[in-house]
Amino acid sequence: MLRFIGRRLLESIPVMFIIVTGTFFMQRFVPGGPFTAEKAVTPEVERNLLAYYHLNDPLWKQYTDYLWDLTPKRFHPGALASGLDLKAAFGIDFRPSFKYPNRTVNEIIADKLPVSLELGGWSLGVALLIGLPLGVLAAVKRNSWIDYLCSSFALTGICVPTFVLGPILVLVFAIHFGWFNASGWYGPIDRVLPSLTLGSVYAAYIARLTRGGLLEVLSQDFIRTARAKGASEARVIFRHALRGGLLPVVSFLGPAIAGILTGSFVIETIFQIPGLGREFVNSAFNRDYTLVLGTVILYAGFIIALNLVVDVVQVWLNPKLRFE
Amino acid sequence: MIPTLPPAEPAALEIEAGESLWSGAWHRLRRNRLAVFGGVVVVALGLLCAFGPLFSQSYQDQNLDLGAVAPNAAHWLGTDTLGRDLFARTLYGGRISLMVGLVATFVALVIGVTYGAVAGYAGGKLDAAMMRVVDIMYALPFTIFVILLMVFFGQNILLLFVAIGASEWLTMARIVRGQVLSIKKMEYIEAARSLGLSRRRIIFRHVIPNVLGPIIVYTTLTIPSVMLLEAFLSFLGLGVQAPMSSWGSLIKDGADKMEEFWWLLVFPGSFFSLTLFSLNFLGDGLRDALDVRAAKD
Repeated sequence: MLRFIGRRLLESIPVMFIIVTGTFFMQRFVPGGPFTAEKAVTPEVERNLLAYYHLNDPLWKQYTDYLWDLTPKRFHPGALASGLDLKAAFGIDFRPSFKYPNRTVNEIIADKLPVSLELGGWSLGVALLIGLPLGVLAAVKRNSWIDYLCSSFALTGICVPTFVLGPILVLVFAIHFGWFNASGWYGPIDRVLPSLTLGSVYAAYIARLTRGGLLEVLSQDFIRTARAKGASEARVIFRHALRGGLLPVVSFLGPAIAGILTGSFVIETIFQIPGLGREFVNSAFNRDYTLVLGTVILYAGFIIALNLVVDVVQVWLNPKLRFE
Repeated sequence: MIPTLPPAEPAALEIEAGESLWSGAWHRLRRNRLAVFGGVVVVALGLLCAFGPLFSQSYQDQNLDLGAVAPNAAHWLGTDTLGRDLFARTLYGGRISLMVGLVATFVALVIGVTYGAVAGYAGGKLDAAMMRVVDIMYALPFTIFVILLMVFFGQNILLLFVAIGASEWLTMARIVRGQVLSIKKMEYIEAARSLGLSRRRIIFRHVIPNVLGPIIVYTTLTIPSVMLLEAFLSFLGLGVQAPMSSWGSLIKDGADKMEEFWWLLVFPGSFFSLTLFSLNFLGDGLRDALDVRAAKD
């Protein structure tokens, strides 16, 4: 197990390296820079700006310096508790922002990431809390009206994208009924509509996958054996069938979490939530290179780490999969 | 007096012809009412969007005196704040959305099928290396890269096709590779090889036609996800640019103004969802009809 995790961690190093290299050179070879849109600056100011961002160095030096700044140099996860400081915790420095020269990308991430993580957490919770029970119900009461209801819910969730569902929920529940605020991120009540919107798509997928996985397991011999031994229906479902039936759901969690992360771009725009997703979209429009790079690398690291976790859980649930 | 067999043979042949993979699949598909519904809706919407704008009112003629009016007899779906007919705009937006869906899926199809077929046919170390690349790319946040491409290289519709297509070929490659792996052990491939056909010819003439079923199914299911990605980008303002409009950008406009003018959000949104719905039904129906197990998951 440890060897498996270790090998996967080692494998993720070249992947991260390719991502960093790709995005770094992509942004360097495009027409127009972060300062072109600004009003004309005096040569002296421009010199200072270039020096401040090390843009006068030869390209290879900028690249290697940047790589070095991103390399983790220490491991004090405790420092994350007080304000999510990636520099104090791992020695990762994303440099100052191009758009807000007096703020570092690390500070912006520390400021905005918790909001996005909270949104993502609630959404994942919604997805699991709605999707799993619906899927189990549909599989147990196969071909009943509950099953059809669940299936049509699942299809609706898959076919109505978040950027249609979100505004419609706002229109109905915030504007028409006035139960919620149309936008903002202040009280607990502001968490409801965004997480419902973002979570429902994944709830739909999870319901479908749970139903399919459970049905497949329920037709197997060991389930018949369990029933023959007099196990109650609840015990058969929850003790015997669910563990195998959840495998498709677990392997879906990796893509789901990646989707929730990118989906938050749209949700944070619709509901005007001050999270990292909205910041990323804005920074892309502003050509705030360091912030774009920092966010991409952070998200890529997240997704790779979460995929690793998902793989480990999958093997843990299904001993048949050897750690190849 | 040995009874002669020949009369039985034509009949047997006929049965075989009647039960070929494609006609059997066609019969099964026609029995699936939801899939037929999906297919009919997709074709109808496609025709409507392709030819509708020729007959409808102009999608860009402004009428500032009129402004935004609710659906009425003159403007079936109402008008937007600039007085432009929403029905015409929705059809025109559908044109762009469907076109992006088709072209980007085609890009994904070409990359995925070629890659998967080569990996599966080559086998061995090359196959392992190529599939490892796919595994790694699966873990990457592709949507983010498409966003970066659109931001850094300008919002060009050709780039949009390529960027979306390049991010959706992975599953296709996996499916094709798996199919090719099993097909290449068949006798007719052995025969083709012993006849001295080149590898390229074997792959394109003999292997790919026989993995057509899964390819068709997965292509049908890729179109909606491609359209979703396009609409996602357009919603963020990174996709199709004004004065062009796609369903995504119409939904964005509608969402901005929905407090006063609900129809601007509801109609483009419904058209879009209906299309996704139908394509998914059609794809699921095709999968059952062609009995493809490998697609999805």
